[in-house]
Amino acid sequence: MTERERPRRGGADTLSGRVELRIPNRPEWVAVARLTIAAIANRLPFSVEDIEDLKLAIAEACTTVIQSGEGEGTIDIACETEPGELRIHVRDTRPNRADVFAERSEASGTEGLGVFLIQALMDEVRHTVDSETGTELVMIKRVGA
Amino acid sequence: MDIKVNVRESNDDAYVVELGGEIDVYTSPKVKDAITELIDQGHYNLVINLEKVRYIDSTGLGVLIGGLKRVREHGGSVNLVCTNPQIKKIFDITGLVKIFGIFDDEVGAQKALA
Repeated sequence: MTERERPRRGGADTLSGRVELRIPNRPEWVAVARLTIAAIANRLPFSVEDIEDLKLAIAEACTTVIQSGEGEGTIDIACETEPGELRIHVRDTRPNRADVFAERSEASGTEGLGVFLIQALMDEVRHTVDSETGTELVMIKRVGA
Repeated sequence: MDIKVNVRESNDDAYVVELGGEIDVYTSPKVKDAITELIDQGHYNLVINLEKVRYIDSTGLGVLIGGLKRVREHGGSVNLVCTNPQIKKIFDITGLVKIFGIFDDEVGAQKALA
Protein backbone atom coordinates (compact mmCIF):
# COMPACT_ATOMS: atom_id res chain seq x y z
CA MET A 1 0.00 0.00 0.00
CA THR A 2 1.42 3.38 -0.91
CA GLU A 3 0.28 6.87 -0.17
CA ARG A 4 1.09 9.94 -2.21
CA GLU A 5 -0.27 13.09 -0.71
CA ARG A 6 -1.21 15.85 -3.09
CA PRO A 7 0.46 19.26 -2.66
CA ARG A 8 -0.92 20.93 0.42
CA ARG A 9 -2.60 24.25 -0.11
CA GLY A 10 -3.84 24.71 3.41
CA GLY A 11 -5.35 22.88 6.36
CA ALA A 12 -8.18 21.21 4.49
CA ASP A 13 -5.78 19.63 2.00
CA THR A 14 -4.26 17.45 4.66
CA LEU A 15 -7.39 15.39 3.97
CA SER A 16 -6.42 14.98 0.31
CA GLY A 17 -4.49 11.92 -0.71
CA ARG A 18 -4.38 8.71 -2.68
CA VAL A 19 -3.96 5.22 -1.30
CA GLU A 20 -3.50 2.16 -3.49
CA LEU A 21 -4.07 -1.44 -2.49
CA ARG A 22 -3.69 -4.61 -4.57
CA ILE A 23 -5.27 -7.77 -3.23
CA PRO A 24 -5.37 -11.31 -4.60
CA ASN A 25 -8.66 -12.20 -6.27
CA ARG A 26 -9.68 -14.51 -3.41
CA PRO A 27 -12.36 -14.37 -0.68
CA GLU A 28 -9.98 -14.32 2.28
CA TRP A 29 -8.60 -10.94 1.20
CA VAL A 30 -11.89 -9.03 1.09
CA ALA A 31 -11.70 -8.24 4.81
CA VAL A 32 -8.37 -6.48 4.22
CA ALA A 33 -10.00 -4.20 1.64
CA ARG A 34 -12.89 -3.53 4.02
CA LEU A 35 -10.67 -2.60 6.94
CA THR A 36 -8.44 -0.44 4.75
CA ILE A 37 -11.40 1.55 3.45
CA ALA A 38 -12.66 2.03 7.01
CA ALA A 39 -9.28 3.40 8.08
CA ILE A 40 -9.15 5.79 5.12
CA ALA A 41 -12.75 6.93 5.58
CA ASN A 42 -11.96 7.68 9.22
CA ARG A 43 -9.68 10.49 8.05
CA LEU A 44 -12.72 12.30 6.66
CA PRO A 45 -15.69 13.51 8.71
CA PHE A 46 -17.92 10.61 7.67
CA SER A 47 -20.49 9.32 10.14
CA VAL A 48 -20.19 5.82 11.56
CA GLU A 49 -23.10 4.81 9.34
CA ASP A 50 -21.35 6.20 6.24
CA ILE A 51 -18.22 4.24 7.08
CA GLU A 52 -20.26 1.04 7.42
CA ASP A 53 -21.80 1.80 4.02
CA LEU A 54 -18.33 2.22 2.51
CA LYS A 55 -17.13 -1.06 4.03
CA LEU A 56 -20.09 -2.86 2.53
CA ALA A 57 -19.68 -1.21 -0.87
CA ILE A 58 -16.00 -2.11 -1.23
CA ALA A 59 -16.70 -5.67 -0.10
CA GLU A 60 -19.50 -6.02 -2.62
CA ALA A 61 -17.28 -4.69 -5.40
CA CYS A 62 -14.49 -7.16 -4.56
CA THR A 63 -16.97 -10.00 -4.15
CA THR A 64 -18.47 -9.29 -7.57
CA VAL A 65 -15.05 -9.69 -9.16
CA ILE A 66 -14.19 -12.81 -7.13
CA GLN A 67 -17.45 -14.55 -7.94
CA SER A 68 -16.83 -14.12 -11.66
CA GLY A 69 -13.56 -16.05 -11.56
CA GLU A 70 -11.83 -16.62 -8.26
CA GLY A 71 -8.04 -16.73 -8.22
CA GLU A 72 -7.43 -15.06 -11.57
CA GLY A 73 -5.53 -11.77 -11.61
CA THR A 74 -5.71 -9.19 -8.85
CA ILE A 75 -8.16 -6.62 -7.59
CA ASP A 76 -6.58 -3.18 -7.67
CA ILE A 77 -8.12 -0.60 -5.38
CA ALA A 78 -7.32 3.11 -5.34
CA CYS A 79 -8.85 5.54 -2.87
CA GLU A 80 -8.74 9.25 -3.48
CA THR A 81 -9.74 11.50 -0.64
CA GLU A 82 -10.79 15.11 -0.86
CA PRO A 83 -12.11 17.19 2.03
CA GLY A 84 -15.70 16.47 1.05
CA GLU A 85 -15.61 13.07 -0.61
CA LEU A 86 -14.01 9.70 -1.01
CA ARG A 87 -13.60 8.13 -4.47
CA ILE A 88 -12.89 4.43 -4.63
CA HIS A 89 -11.66 2.81 -7.83
CA VAL A 90 -11.94 -0.97 -7.99
CA ARG A 91 -10.28 -2.59 -10.99
CA ASP A 92 -10.77 -6.15 -12.15
CA THR A 93 -7.36 -6.54 -13.82
CA ARG A 94 -8.22 -9.51 -15.99
CA PRO A 95 -8.07 -8.35 -19.63
CA ASN A 96 -10.65 -9.15 -22.28
CA ARG A 97 -13.38 -9.88 -19.78
CA ALA A 98 -16.96 -8.71 -19.88
CA ASP A 99 -18.02 -5.95 -17.50
CA VAL A 100 -18.83 -8.04 -14.42
CA PHE A 101 -20.50 -5.08 -12.72
CA ALA A 102 -22.87 -4.56 -15.65
CA GLU A 103 -23.64 -8.29 -15.77
CA ARG A 104 -24.44 -8.39 -12.08
CA SER A 105 -26.54 -5.24 -12.15
CA GLU A 106 -28.76 -6.93 -14.74
CA ALA A 107 -28.86 -10.27 -12.90
CA SER A 108 -32.03 -11.38 -11.20
CA GLY A 109 -32.36 -12.89 -7.75
CA THR A 110 -29.55 -12.88 -5.23
CA GLU A 111 -26.84 -12.53 -7.89
CA GLY A 112 -27.70 -8.90 -8.38
CA LEU A 113 -27.87 -7.98 -4.69
CA GLY A 114 -24.26 -6.87 -4.37
CA VAL A 115 -24.30 -4.32 -7.17
CA PHE A 116 -27.75 -3.20 -6.07
CA LEU A 117 -26.38 -2.46 -2.59
CA ILE A 118 -23.43 -0.53 -4.03
CA GLN A 119 -25.79 1.65 -6.04
CA ALA A 120 -28.06 2.18 -3.04
CA LEU A 121 -25.31 3.11 -0.59
CA MET A 122 -22.98 5.24 -2.71
CA ASP A 123 -23.70 8.73 -4.03
CA GLU A 124 -22.29 8.05 -7.49
CA VAL A 125 -21.32 4.82 -9.26
CA ARG A 126 -19.93 4.25 -12.74
CA HIS A 127 -17.99 1.51 -14.48
CA THR A 128 -15.84 1.35 -17.58
CA VAL A 129 -14.31 -1.49 -19.57
CA ASP A 130 -10.89 -1.48 -21.21
CA SER A 131 -9.90 -4.62 -23.12
CA GLU A 132 -6.29 -4.29 -21.94
CA THR A 133 -6.52 -2.98 -18.38
CA GLY A 134 -9.80 -4.59 -17.33
CA THR A 135 -13.04 -3.33 -15.85
CA GLU A 136 -13.07 -0.45 -13.40
CA LEU A 137 -15.81 0.49 -10.98
CA VAL A 138 -15.73 3.96 -9.46
CA MET A 139 -17.75 4.66 -6.32
CA ILE A 140 -18.08 8.10 -4.78
CA LYS A 141 -19.32 8.87 -1.28
CA ARG A 142 -19.72 12.47 -0.21
CA VAL A 143 -19.62 13.72 3.35
CA GLY A 144 -23.05 14.68 4.58
CA ALA A 145 -24.80 13.71 1.32
CA MET B 1 -12.03 -12.09 10.30
CA ASP B 2 -14.11 -14.55 12.20
CA ILE B 3 -17.45 -16.28 12.19
CA LYS B 4 -18.96 -18.28 14.99
CA VAL B 5 -21.83 -20.69 14.37
CA ASN B 6 -23.69 -22.29 17.23
CA VAL B 7 -26.67 -24.58 16.57
CA ARG B 8 -29.06 -25.63 19.33
CA GLU B 9 -32.53 -27.05 19.66
CA SER B 10 -34.98 -24.60 21.16
CA ASN B 11 -38.15 -26.67 21.46
CA ASP B 12 -39.84 -29.64 19.82
CA ASP B 13 -39.87 -28.27 16.32
CA ALA B 14 -37.41 -25.40 16.05
CA TYR B 15 -33.68 -24.95 15.93
CA VAL B 16 -31.69 -21.82 16.67
CA VAL B 17 -28.64 -20.96 14.59
CA GLU B 18 -26.71 -18.37 16.55
CA LEU B 19 -24.18 -16.50 14.45
CA GLY B 20 -21.42 -14.17 15.56
CA GLY B 21 -18.78 -12.12 13.79
CA GLU B 22 -18.65 -11.18 10.13
CA ILE B 23 -20.53 -12.89 7.31
CA ASP B 24 -18.96 -12.27 3.94
CA VAL B 25 -17.81 -14.13 0.82
CA TYR B 26 -15.12 -15.91 2.86
CA THR B 27 -17.16 -16.92 5.91
CA SER B 28 -20.65 -17.43 4.44
CA PRO B 29 -19.94 -21.02 3.28
CA LYS B 30 -19.63 -22.01 6.95
CA VAL B 31 -23.06 -20.50 7.67
CA LYS B 32 -24.50 -22.20 4.59
CA ASP B 33 -23.13 -25.56 5.71
CA ALA B 34 -24.77 -25.25 9.15
CA ILE B 35 -28.16 -24.31 7.72
CA THR B 36 -27.98 -26.96 4.99
CA GLU B 37 -27.13 -29.64 7.55
CA LEU B 38 -30.17 -28.76 9.65
CA ILE B 39 -32.49 -28.83 6.65
CA ASP B 40 -31.01 -32.09 5.41
CA GLN B 41 -31.79 -33.54 8.85
CA GLY B 42 -35.42 -32.54 8.43
CA HIS B 43 -35.52 -29.40 10.56
CA TYR B 44 -37.61 -26.84 8.71
CA ASN B 45 -38.40 -24.25 11.38
CA LEU B 46 -35.34 -22.16 12.08
CA VAL B 47 -34.50 -19.09 14.11
CA ILE B 48 -31.31 -17.43 12.94
CA ASN B 49 -29.95 -15.15 15.62
CA LEU B 50 -27.87 -12.31 14.17
CA GLU B 51 -27.45 -10.40 17.44
CA LYS B 52 -23.70 -11.04 17.58
CA VAL B 53 -23.15 -10.42 13.88
CA ARG B 54 -21.18 -7.24 13.28
CA TYR B 55 -21.30 -7.33 9.49
CA ILE B 56 -23.20 -9.09 6.72
CA ASP B 57 -22.98 -8.66 2.96
CA SER B 58 -24.91 -9.94 -0.05
CA THR B 59 -23.32 -13.39 0.15
CA GLY B 60 -24.65 -13.72 3.70
CA LEU B 61 -28.06 -12.51 2.58
CA GLY B 62 -27.92 -15.06 -0.23
CA VAL B 63 -27.33 -17.87 2.25
CA LEU B 64 -30.30 -16.77 4.36
CA ILE B 65 -32.54 -16.49 1.31
CA GLY B 66 -31.42 -19.92 0.09
CA GLY B 67 -32.24 -21.41 3.48
CA LEU B 68 -35.65 -19.78 3.53
CA LYS B 69 -36.49 -21.09 0.06
CA ARG B 70 -35.56 -24.63 1.04
CA VAL B 71 -37.53 -24.72 4.32
CA ARG B 72 -40.57 -23.19 2.63
CA GLU B 73 -40.61 -26.12 0.21
CA HIS B 74 -41.31 -28.24 3.28
CA GLY B 75 -43.81 -25.88 4.88
CA GLY B 76 -41.25 -24.42 7.26
CA SER B 77 -40.00 -20.93 7.92
CA VAL B 78 -36.97 -18.89 8.97
CA ASN B 79 -37.26 -16.06 11.45
CA LEU B 80 -34.38 -13.72 12.22
CA VAL B 81 -33.32 -12.04 15.44
CA CYS B 82 -31.67 -8.70 14.73
CA THR B 83 -31.50 -5.34 16.46
CA ASN B 84 -28.31 -3.95 14.87
CA PRO B 85 -29.48 -0.85 12.95
CA GLN B 86 -26.84 -1.19 10.23
CA ILE B 87 -27.81 -4.79 9.50
CA LYS B 88 -31.52 -4.01 9.66
CA LYS B 89 -30.87 -1.21 7.18
CA ILE B 90 -29.45 -3.74 4.69
CA PHE B 91 -32.56 -5.91 5.02
CA ASP B 92 -34.65 -2.80 4.54
CA ILE B 93 -32.80 -1.54 1.42
CA THR B 94 -32.96 -4.94 -0.24
CA GLY B 95 -36.63 -5.43 0.59
CA LEU B 96 -35.87 -8.58 2.57
CA VAL B 97 -37.84 -7.21 5.53
CA LYS B 98 -40.86 -8.31 3.54
CA ILE B 99 -39.86 -11.95 3.22
CA PHE B 100 -38.20 -12.60 6.59
CA GLY B 101 -39.77 -12.24 9.98
CA ILE B 102 -37.34 -10.03 11.89
CA PHE B 103 -37.62 -9.95 15.68
CA ASP B 104 -35.89 -8.23 18.58
CA ASP B 105 -35.37 -11.43 20.56
CA GLU B 106 -35.38 -15.20 20.25
CA VAL B 107 -38.60 -15.63 22.24
CA GLY B 108 -40.56 -13.53 19.77
CA ALA B 109 -38.96 -15.25 16.80
CA GLN B 110 -39.75 -18.71 18.17
CA LYS B 111 -43.33 -17.84 19.08
CA ALA B 112 -43.95 -16.61 15.55
CA LEU B 113 -42.82 -19.97 14.14
CA ALA B 114 -45.40 -21.87 16.15
